[in-house]
Amino acid sequence: MSTAIDRIARPFRRILVIGVGNPYRRDDGVGPHLAQAIRKHGPPCVHAIEHSGEGASLMELWRNEDAVYLFDAVSSGGVPGSITHFDALGHSLPTDFFNYSTHAFSVAEAIEMARVLGSLPSMLRVYGIEGSNFNTGQGLSAPVAGAVGMLLPRVLRELRQLDVEDQPVARRESYARA
Amino acid sequence: MSTRKSRTLKVDYLARVEGEGALFIRLKDDNVTEVQLRIFEPPRFFEGFLRGRRWTEAPDITARICGICPIAYLASSISAMESIVGAEVPHPIRELRRLIYCGEWIESHILHLAMLHAPDFLGYQDALAMAKDHPDIVKGALRLKKIGNDIMVLLGGREIHPINLRVGGFYSVPTKDELQKLRPDLEWGLEASQQVARWAATLDYPDFERDYEFVALRHPKEYPLWEGRLVSNKGLDIPLSEFYDHVVEEHVARSTSLHSSMRQRGTYHVGPLARYALNYEHLTPGCQALARECGLGPTCNNPFKSLLVRAIETVYAYEEALRIVNTYEMPDRPYVPLEPRAGRGYGCSEAPRGICYHTYAIDDQGVILDARIAPPTAQNQRCMEEDLAALVPQFAHLKDDDLTWRCEQAVRNYDPCISCSCHFLKLEVQREYSH
Repeated sequence: MSTAIDRIARPFRRILVIGVGNPYRRDDGVGPHLAQAIRKHGPPCVHAIEHSGEGASLMELWRNEDAVYLFDAVSSGGVPGSITHFDALGHSLPTDFFNYSTHAFSVAEAIEMARVLGSLPSMLRVYGIEGSNFNTGQGLSAPVAGAVGMLLPRVLRELRQLDVEDQPVARRESYARA
Repeated sequence: MSTRKSRTLKVDYLARVEGEGALFIRLKDDNVTEVQLRIFEPPRFFEGFLRGRRWTEAPDITARICGICPIAYLASSISAMESIVGAEVPHPIRELRRLIYCGEWIESHILHLAMLHAPDFLGYQDALAMAKDHPDIVKGALRLKKIGNDIMVLLGGREIHPINLRVGGFYSVPTKDELQKLRPDLEWGLEASQQVARWAATLDYPDFERDYEFVALRHPKEYPLWEGRLVSNKGLDIPLSEFYDHVVEEHVARSTSLHSSMRQRGTYHVGPLARYALNYEHLTPGCQALARECGLGPTCNNPFKSLLVRAIETVYAYEEALRIVNTYEMPDRPYVPLEPRAGRGYGCSEAPRGICYHTYAIDDQGVILDARIAPPTAQNQRCMEEDLAALVPQFAHLKDDDLTWRCEQAVRNYDPCISCSCHFLKLEVQREYSH
């Protein structure tokens, strides 16, 4: 059975990991938490960033990427810590699943818009981790920390197995200042 | 034989506005008997929990009122606090403040006009459907918006709820070289936004005008963003300190946002149409020429054409951003150190959707004793209802679905941000037929 990875012309030149969320709202910080961990423990070819989830800049970020992994917290009424995985190239995302505003342009809308405009990366894997505590403060709840413990090794293993070109890829500098 | 009839139109949820609420319209014999903009978002109590906090905390706390226009809240609260101590900030700080406000206008205006409002004019349910037929417009709009985000990130630290602004200035400021990095994108954006305005001029606008009392800031030398006096096209001309001498806020059962009106004057209108009409002479010659090319005079009383005025203001924001980037000199220090003193201060800035007014009282230790905030969407509630009451009879011949569509479009003329005012929207129109 072919997977999303198999369908892509190899080797990968650009692999981007995006952790969406706010680390100061407890479980909403699971995306940034995973991005930091992947930056620390993942292969050097992977570029991992934390992001607010603002849709227009997400689309800009993944425009020239070969493979993108996106992690975000969700609040869908599911079991806390449960992980939902989408191959975004093959399936539409429910727009209320990763939504945080009726006015802002958020993750699901950005993915669906990119699909319409033909600007999705060659591979886009989206992981939603069901949160239980979105109060102010840092630190993940036990179920979400457990989900991270399960998901992180799996993703790291997969990233290490990707066939990546040795040449480092120059990325546009962020406007964020140190 | 005349046919007397009543109709009820109902929309349970109006998309493409910020927040949740409802709209109810009842018609009898094609006359509107009732229009209610119902805002049922729970009150948010910001003014209450600001009391007892430090005067320097108000900007970052009030910025959380809105993820779309946080700069408006930062600007108005900072201005109010600085007015208490009589602070004057250096020119480069003032310029950076205008620049980040341009970023917010670009982000907000382009998202609303191209992705949320334009689908109404072109017959699409949403921007996704519109993008299939107009991919270049949507791609261009997304890139334009992204440049607004970049300004926010560079100056504010992040695009949503920036954290680098403070009473007295900024926590840190960019070097000249850092600011120059924006220049190529701003140059592209200026040209692209002009094309968006020309495209917006080709949309089919309903023939509908009202005699509004427009209220906006006016500054003697510039198109208003952060400062000015409050003026109207019908004689109002007051300092910020007199806002609540003229504006009355009242609670009505159908809304958790306070309704605003002016004493002895009634309903007023804030936002792009008001700013444009009251500050046309401060638009750049290029923007004025473009406005003329797009069919706009110095005043526009058609609320549907707010889309077009937003497009002109987006061009202005790009022009202003480029001017600032090209002339910026890094200040010696990022902020002016200030000490609190007991008093009351007033601040007002032009949020993308209209004036955002703040007043605070603090004690000599800088502890906030009282806070009062008038968000733009709350101020426009009555105007939205009156627009609908005037609009519906003109379009009563339409089928219910089409009339409902027109009503939703009319509400979106205001780019309502109900998370600021409180939240919004569900539409219900009731028609009664007696025959």
